[in-house]
Amino acid sequence: MATVIIPTPLRKFTNQASKLNVEASTVGEALQRLVQEYPDLRKHLLDDQGQIRPFLNLFVGEEDVRDLQWADTPLSADATLSIVPAIAGGTTQRAEATFSEEELARYHRHIIIPEFGLEGQQKLKTARVLVVGSGGLGSPLLLYLAAAGVGTIGIVDFDRVEASNLQRQVLFGVDTVGQSKVEAARQRLTALNPHIRILTYDVLLNSRNALDIIREYDVVADGTDNFPTRYLVNDACVLLGKPNVYASIFQFEGQVSVFNYRHPNGELGPNYRDLYPAPPPPGLVPSCAEGGVLGVLPGIIGSMQACEVIKVITGIGEPLSGRLFLFDALSFETRIFRIKRRDDNPLTGKNPTITQLIDYENFCGVKVVEKPIREITPQELLQWRAEGRAFQLIDVREPDEYAAVNINAELIPLGTVVENAHRLSRQVPVVVHCRSGARSAKAIRELEERFGFDNLYNLKGGILAYLEAEKQAVEHA
Amino acid sequence: MLVFSPLVRERMLADARQTFPDECCGFLFGTEKEDGSRYLSDIVVVTNAKEGDKRRRFEIAPKDYLAAEQYAEERGLMLLGVYHSHPNHPAVPSEHDRLAAQPFFSYVIISVLDGRIGRVRSWRLNDARQFEEESIAEPLPIEDKATHAPFVAVDNPAHPSTC
Repeated sequence: MATVIIPTPLRKFTNQASKLNVEASTVGEALQRLVQEYPDLRKHLLDDQGQIRPFLNLFVGEEDVRDLQWADTPLSADATLSIVPAIAGGTTQRAEATFSEEELARYHRHIIIPEFGLEGQQKLKTARVLVVGSGGLGSPLLLYLAAAGVGTIGIVDFDRVEASNLQRQVLFGVDTVGQSKVEAARQRLTALNPHIRILTYDVLLNSRNALDIIREYDVVADGTDNFPTRYLVNDACVLLGKPNVYASIFQFEGQVSVFNYRHPNGELGPNYRDLYPAPPPPGLVPSCAEGGVLGVLPGIIGSMQACEVIKVITGIGEPLSGRLFLFDALSFETRIFRIKRRDDNPLTGKNPTITQLIDYENFCGVKVVEKPIREITPQELLQWRAEGRAFQLIDVREPDEYAAVNINAELIPLGTVVENAHRLSRQVPVVVHCRSGARSAKAIRELEERFGFDNLYNLKGGILAYLEAEKQAVEHA
Repeated sequence: MLVFSPLVRERMLADARQTFPDECCGFLFGTEKEDGSRYLSDIVVVTNAKEGDKRRRFEIAPKDYLAAEQYAEERGLMLLGVYHSHPNHPAVPSEHDRLAAQPFFSYVIISVLDGRIGRVRSWRLNDARQFEEESIAEPLPIEDKATHAPFVAVDNPAHPSTC
């Protein structure tokens, strides 16, 4: 049996044992045996993929396993395997940024502010900011961060540009409709400032990739439009020790705060879970796609978010940590609430229970509650029409949308479906549609729940998909 | 609570002063009481093994680490922590410090500003792998005055510290 020497900091996970005998023929096998017997050791020895952590040194006798066969290094029966934690660190300051004449001219208005100066501009240039979501909030945020000279900007978004985005997402134009958002954003931002680096992630941020992506950045700016991603970004930032500049918008209201900010005096500020310990019940808080948003609002709120990102990077002023800023565009009133750290915060409270990322769809109840509803594809609906089948067609969009384009459905806007439920047939199938399928799904769920309908069909992809299918059918005919 | 023997404290600060503008580093040994307080009675100064920029980084060679474990065992002491300096930077752990940090150890950071000792603070990793500050007992008054005088919040004059 090989002997494993446990370093002092890990002995609390091995009942204080400093030497353990392990039956194993390779280094990798020995580590697996150890974490089986002492599961708390796992996170200190292996990463999420089960690989040996980079900050760990392993010695067989006096030889570093990096110079041997790494995890496959054989262990003889009398071998001694020493686990040696890397002891390293240092200050955060990076190599000083230098500027070309062109850059100095470009950033002149920053550099001449006494509190900002060349030092502030250097901090921007060496900073790495990750923007999650390049939509309404992401547009002004990215434009201002790029213009200001943030040296490395990462963008996460898996969406494509749609015509309905252009009302507020000023990063994009009619020429980029249909393109991947991150690619369209990269082109626009590079045209704006060629002196910076843009990295793109055309993916859905999830529990599997979030840590790896966020790890590479100094500051995260959350401009997402849904609760699972918001909690995911929050938790990943806390676990990685990154400040999270948060903003959200709905209809006429916006919020801004800075979460998980480490004050220069060492104190850690609150995070999203201190503000909202639990997500709202699914469906209670509509998204912008369901409830709408005033187009200029993300312009206002996203610009404030950019301001906070720049303050966090440069260390100028007092970041909005421990405070929540609210703006109501209708009354033009603003309020600031104090947020405190909660003892029961599962990440940063007295007894943390979350030490790795969880399933956020599940946590936010999105998976559990959304029971499937009946659906019909545009092709099937065309077929029904061609066959002359008996069915009723309902459009739950708003009257203006209906006036612009419709497919001869009866108009019952989403907000009035309950009071108009008697107009729906119980005898023949009822096809419900909206623009892209989200509002009609909501209408169907509500009608099924309240009145027990069992003949409602959601038109997949809404009127958009239907018109497209109709066009293709005509072309093929 | 971390309690330094005056001699250990003096040797650690002397190392920080002499190594400036580079980062210094070393090991701290002692005993831990049941209430979690730690008395540091011995110190081993280690050469910063970082190749390249020693003004912003430190690294302790694995053989020095193994020697430190050996040293503790031979003397019946516990290896309780690591100290290092932050030249011209606050005594607050950096992301580099956090990524490499081990549980259980006290990470003592000495801020050195233009060769003068600034604040000395200690940090320990919690279960969420975040640093939490650990208090340090007032130094016992046997050192010469020169080491006492700079013990003010020089790294953050704008923000009165809470500790």
